[in-house]
Amino acid sequence: MLWGSNARETHPIFFHHVLKAVHRGAKLYVVDPRRTSTAAWADGWLPVQVGTDIALANSVAHCILDAGLEHRAFIHRATEGFDAYARTVARYDVDRASRETGVEPGLIRRLAEDYARADRAMICWTLGITEHHNAVDNVLALINLALLTGHVGRWGSGLNPLRGQNNVQGGGDMGALPNKFPGFQDVEDPAVRARFEARWGRPLPARNGWTLTEMFEAMERKALTALYVIGENPAQSEADSQHTLELLRGLEHLVVQDIVLTRTAELADVVLPASASWCEAEGTVTNSERRVQRCRPALSPPGQARDDIAILGELSLRLGYDLATPSPQAAWDELRSLSPMHAGMSYARLEELHGIQWPCPDEQHPGSPFLHARLWSEPLLGPRAPFIPTEQVEPFDTLDASFPLRLTTGRHLESFNTGVQSSAYVWPHPRKTTLDLSPHDAARLGVGEGEQVRVVSRRGAVEAPVRLDARLRPGLAFMSLHFPDQVDTNILTINVTDPKSGTAAFKAAAVRIEKLLQPPDSAGRGVALP
Amino acid sequence: MTQPAVELSVDGASVTVPAGATLLRACQAAGVDTPTLCWAENLTPVNACRICVVEVEGARTLVPACSRVAEPGMTVLTDSPRVRLSRKLVVELLGSSVDMSRSAEFSRLVSRYGAQPERFGPKALTVAQPVKLDNELFVRDFARCMLCYKCVEACGTDAQNTFAIALAGRGFEARIATEHDVALPDSACVFCGNCVGVCPTGALVFKTEHALRAAGEWRESEQTVTDTICPYCGVGCTLSLRVQDNTIVRVTSPSDSSVTQGHLCVKGRFGFSFVEHSGQHKP
Repeated sequence: MLWGSNARETHPIFFHHVLKAVHRGAKLYVVDPRRTSTAAWADGWLPVQVGTDIALANSVAHCILDAGLEHRAFIHRATEGFDAYARTVARYDVDRASRETGVEPGLIRRLAEDYARADRAMICWTLGITEHHNAVDNVLALINLALLTGHVGRWGSGLNPLRGQNNVQGGGDMGALPNKFPGFQDVEDPAVRARFEARWGRPLPARNGWTLTEMFEAMERKALTALYVIGENPAQSEADSQHTLELLRGLEHLVVQDIVLTRTAELADVVLPASASWCEAEGTVTNSERRVQRCRPALSPPGQARDDIAILGELSLRLGYDLATPSPQAAWDELRSLSPMHAGMSYARLEELHGIQWPCPDEQHPGSPFLHARLWSEPLLGPRAPFIPTEQVEPFDTLDASFPLRLTTGRHLESFNTGVQSSAYVWPHPRKTTLDLSPHDAARLGVGEGEQVRVVSRRGAVEAPVRLDARLRPGLAFMSLHFPDQVDTNILTINVTDPKSGTAAFKAAAVRIEKLLQPPDSAGRGVALP
Repeated sequence: MTQPAVELSVDGASVTVPAGATLLRACQAAGVDTPTLCWAENLTPVNACRICVVEVEGARTLVPACSRVAEPGMTVLTDSPRVRLSRKLVVELLGSSVDMSRSAEFSRLVSRYGAQPERFGPKALTVAQPVKLDNELFVRDFARCMLCYKCVEACGTDAQNTFAIALAGRGFEARIATEHDVALPDSACVFCGNCVGVCPTGALVFKTEHALRAAGEWRESEQTVTDTICPYCGVGCTLSLRVQDNTIVRVTSPSDSSVTQGHLCVKGRFGFSFVEHSGQHKP
């Protein structure tokens, strides 16, 4: 089950594996508001209205319970909170869910039965689940389904958030999180902190830091005045980009370390040119299946660009602490000494085994292809897995007479995020940011293919050419975010964030379309509304 | 679970392979060098080139080792006069009609079987034709196409499932084509380059490589190949970067990679220009 994932375009090689299974008879369900090229391969496509995933998931659970297909033994031995969950989903009968989600009742029932009856079943999701104001609740709603059916902790079954960037998993693994040390060890746990302090010879902050969202909030109230950005382009990747730009410009000091002069770097007081970590430097990344893999330098970096680790070493020295700029392998070995889940991953073993999936606690351990097997151990090891009931909540940016269209954003096969990497190569098909509309809406609005229109949200407006897309339902519009210099889609998106994860609701903005009375300005750049 | 084993004889030696294994695998297990051109470990066998044929005692015709499944008690001959003659003729027919000069394996087979592709004379039909240059990522040089079918398979159910290319025409007119023979940018092609990755003859070649070769600047002895990880999505595909003069000239993936099985997408295969140092690249 791919939920809020267009893997055919965004994780193409993962989808090769999915298609191998499909050709062997595996059933594929795709939950997506758009009939994507992924959905085109599905046995069942559930065209959910943007932001109604919880209603759908709870209704799937309702159907499973109705049909008596829940895994009672697993629920009894390994979970807690089932009764409260059952009471919640009891209110999500298929007729209600069908009204809210736009998915036919029969299709919801069929998905529920196929998922529950499968020997092995996997739920994979991406930003269609997490780029909402209730992102964590969306994820919990999916986890509840896996607990209900026992599709977790077993080979071939599980829950799989497909990572969007080559080392976003590794960043978390290495402690690039405000509340974790490397290996997901808690910053606020004194015993853990003491180990890191002993190893590093310095006292460490005893409190959690700020999430990205909290950092922007702190900039707003001037509690954060200096920012050091490594390999990220927030000037173009954040929702409500006009506001983000104001905050970045309002900083007293901005340092950007990157491989190219991004828009964010153009705002910086200091730019530190870095080598490209994947092909000009030595190191490791962790992929979506928790596989730690070696990166190796194939090219010499240009000009004054230096390895990130060398830049950090120099910076640290000037701040009064000599890191002694370790070799990447020495830094990795230090990590292994502090992070138990990486302890068994020597460079030699990573080489020999073509990467190892964590946890890998010692050098005899083969790595872990899946997690949570403890839920099936006899007796149960560790705490019970909790059902956490969640309720359907409408997207924050509500539709009304002034903003009647639902705009959702996403990605195309050939491009990547804000285009820093992907815009440089020549893609032989046409590519630009368009406003994709259903033919029905286009006819109603009196706009045609290729016509430049103004797209207006409560935050601002951009101009973009219309593209008709019969795979969109009436009322739903789509834009990509790959060419922010031409069309800054994130002027439109809403920076209301999930209180638990801090992720912005890129997937659900309310917009209206205006015909242009005069020719568009040549730059095609957006303007902020007063 | 242990698979049942199959015991058979290859060139007089007894070998044991798991049930379902092909004769090619049995030959490999017996240490017999069996040539292949259209076979690849990450593709379904299509028996197109017939270079791997072997003699099975009791069988009327020679059988392709790449796809024939081993059976208990089979007696297989891989170097009989009949096999040698057949392989020699395959090499001669291919060599007389197709430019096989980029295939090191083919040159090896010419000497191994004493083949004389030139014996059909200068009037022998060839597939010579101009190179198709219709996009910035890869070129199609069908004068080198031996119709091994690997590209069609990589574009189809073996990997990409895009089905942009197929076999068109019959007999000597048979060729690999897009629908209605349109240019690649007008076809369903998504430019993953998996067809290029599996092409054994240089009929499909990256444009960077094509340009360097045309300029006489392709210098394999100076090139390095380094395995690293793709900088795009979280799948973590292994990329083998072939580099000449500090520039990436070809990107492939090892066919034994558990992540990629040798296949990539357009971003991983072609999306590296942002680290090219010659030009000024700005987002």
